[in-house]
Amino acid sequence: MTEPRLNHPDQGCGGRREFLGTAVAAVAAALTGCGKISHEEFLQHNFKELSKDEVLSVIARLEKEYKEKFGKEVKVATTPPLPGVIFGYALDLSRCVGCRRCVHACVKENNQSREPEVQWIRVLELEKEEGVNLQHADQYYNPEEVPREGHFYMPVQCQQCKKPPCVKVCPVGATWREKDGITVVDYNWCIGCRYCMAACPYGARHFNWGEPHLPSADVNPDTHYFGNRPRPKGVVEKCTFCIQRTRKGLYPACVEVCPTGSRKFGNLLDKDSEIRYVLENKRVFKLKEDLNTQPNFFYFYGV
Amino acid sequence: MTSLRTFGQFITDTFRILATGSRYYYAWIGFLLLLIAIGGGAYLRQLNDGLIVTQMRDQVSWGFYIGNFTFLVGVAAAAIMLVIPAYIYDWEPIKEITILGEMLAIAALVMCLGFVMVDIGRPDRFWHIMPLVGRLNWPQSMLAWDVIVLNLYLLLNWFVVTYLLFCAYTERHYVKKLVLPLVLLSIPMAVSIHTVTAYLYNGLAARPFWNSAILAPRFLASAFCSGPAILLILLQVLRRTTKLSIKDEAIFKIAELMAYTMGFNLFLTAAEAFKELYSGTEHMVYFQYLLFGLKGHTTLVPFAWASILCGLAAFILFLVPKTRTNWVTLNLGCVLIYASVYIEKGMGLIIPGLTPDVLGDIYVYKPSYTEIAVAAGIFAIGFLVFTLMLKAAVPMMLGEFTLTRGRRAAEADPT
Repeated sequence: MTEPRLNHPDQGCGGRREFLGTAVAAVAAALTGCGKISHEEFLQHNFKELSKDEVLSVIARLEKEYKEKFGKEVKVATTPPLPGVIFGYALDLSRCVGCRRCVHACVKENNQSREPEVQWIRVLELEKEEGVNLQHADQYYNPEEVPREGHFYMPVQCQQCKKPPCVKVCPVGATWREKDGITVVDYNWCIGCRYCMAACPYGARHFNWGEPHLPSADVNPDTHYFGNRPRPKGVVEKCTFCIQRTRKGLYPACVEVCPTGSRKFGNLLDKDSEIRYVLENKRVFKLKEDLNTQPNFFYFYGV
Repeated sequence: MTSLRTFGQFITDTFRILATGSRYYYAWIGFLLLLIAIGGGAYLRQLNDGLIVTQMRDQVSWGFYIGNFTFLVGVAAAAIMLVIPAYIYDWEPIKEITILGEMLAIAALVMCLGFVMVDIGRPDRFWHIMPLVGRLNWPQSMLAWDVIVLNLYLLLNWFVVTYLLFCAYTERHYVKKLVLPLVLLSIPMAVSIHTVTAYLYNGLAARPFWNSAILAPRFLASAFCSGPAILLILLQVLRRTTKLSIKDEAIFKIAELMAYTMGFNLFLTAAEAFKELYSGTEHMVYFQYLLFGLKGHTTLVPFAWASILCGLAAFILFLVPKTRTNWVTLNLGCVLIYASVYIEKGMGLIIPGLTPDVLGDIYVYKPSYTEIAVAAGIFAIGFLVFTLMLKAAVPMMLGEFTLTRGRRAAEADPT
């Protein structure tokens, strides 16, 4: 990305931005409590409403900000959805051993805050006798060795619903479902009201309660605007199927790291994909199917 | 032009009334300002460090702030409790005090908006939720609806109160054709603010505790218990401290109406509890957490039962004519019902709605010092707004302070 636009902050500011005025920006700076927020950042509009030029300027600003903060180049992509692609995910409950490697690979890939650590995947330890009964779930299990006798494991992350309740409730339209089926958050538009967290039946949404702490050495510099770019304090974030990877044809980090091959991922519209094979040949179920959220995330028993 | 000048004078005179008062008045204002300062300090810390200084976490993502918000929406809605009999049944004794209910609504709404403001993670982005300037997800989001109806209701009450007082100040009779439709409009508006606030929770299929068809009726019923309870005490205080004449029969009439709403409120609560506990589905766990505790976590249990017992006791005190017309038992009943609804519609609604969380995790939430201090500050702002409004309104309503009478009489515009 080119940076010269930054030297002319007045350029490209529409009338809409002008009339809000510097005074309001000053109040806002006081409200963030850090006073570090720039005029330009404050006035940035919802990503969906930005022109191509405005997007370029936003990305340049973010990349500069990240470079100053982390002392290294961080690329922020805005790769759009691939045509003819709707992503689907399937998780084999009979294979998962509950090792939580996916949880940690996800944190590493997606630049989550390390202190306090934000995790997008929660692995539930369930009792075989109870089946998928969440009231008997334990996500803090810590035995010497997994899997534990009489138990099975169920990782839960964003189910990328076709009818996402979180999108419906957002008062400012800061979150929406993209054409490839990924529900994304505009971290620069979210007001942090957390209504989406109350609405999500899967606990998939996480809030930056404090200032996210991400050591420079841990920063994954390959980011996407809607995905793993470093987040500010006070906004909601969630699993994006590793949007920065999957829109380039790579697997999500959790799929790649899984040692048991429990995680299957692919294009639901591609008849020859592995995900379609699973859907057509295995018995799958959706978590909380009765809520009619219609997830594109499926669970199945492979063996 | 003259009327504009008169309005200017109305404003300056109002400020003059506000600036002068007895020792007690100054002490009270000073106390409120102190609380506001404490709350402000706590809020600054929250702005610096983020909402991590609260005890809210991903599992229980709303807490004390939103609980207070919900309760206060009810208080604001209850202003119509006075408007309905006054205007629909043309019952004179209550009519004079309707304006007090409307001022209470304004103060409650100020607190509501305050609680929403302190709860959001990015208050610097408040403009995103403003219609036209930002991007309001209307009509999809119930929160967008809530923003609209709360602000409209605030505007409506503010206008009616200001207009009525300005008329009293200029010694003119208010234009009935203007006031009556607005006051009548405030009835459905009051119902709508509380209904929309109930729908905010009600529409979430992920939270079975809230996803019940009688949530909105329960909200309204409980609001019509707690709101008037505040007014009843307030009316007695005003009677003693000012020359405002409020007849006994007005107070007893409100108390009688409250007995009906309290009975109805208890009935609806019982209906909800029966459905959950008798059918005993998985959705029962939230009620269990509230009433009996779950897996050894019993934080809410004493509060839940205190709320139920207070509600029952207050109902009996208000139902029996003898205790309803006895000042001691009447006021005791007011305190009891206030406490009952404050627990029920505050923490008793929000926390069990989110505990256990959607994946069965139990996170025990208790508000932190910061949350309590910030909440105290917001309540102090509400009391301050209400005190100042009362301070100016009472002499105007009594005709003691007008354009031609009172201290300003000599300098008043001869027109």
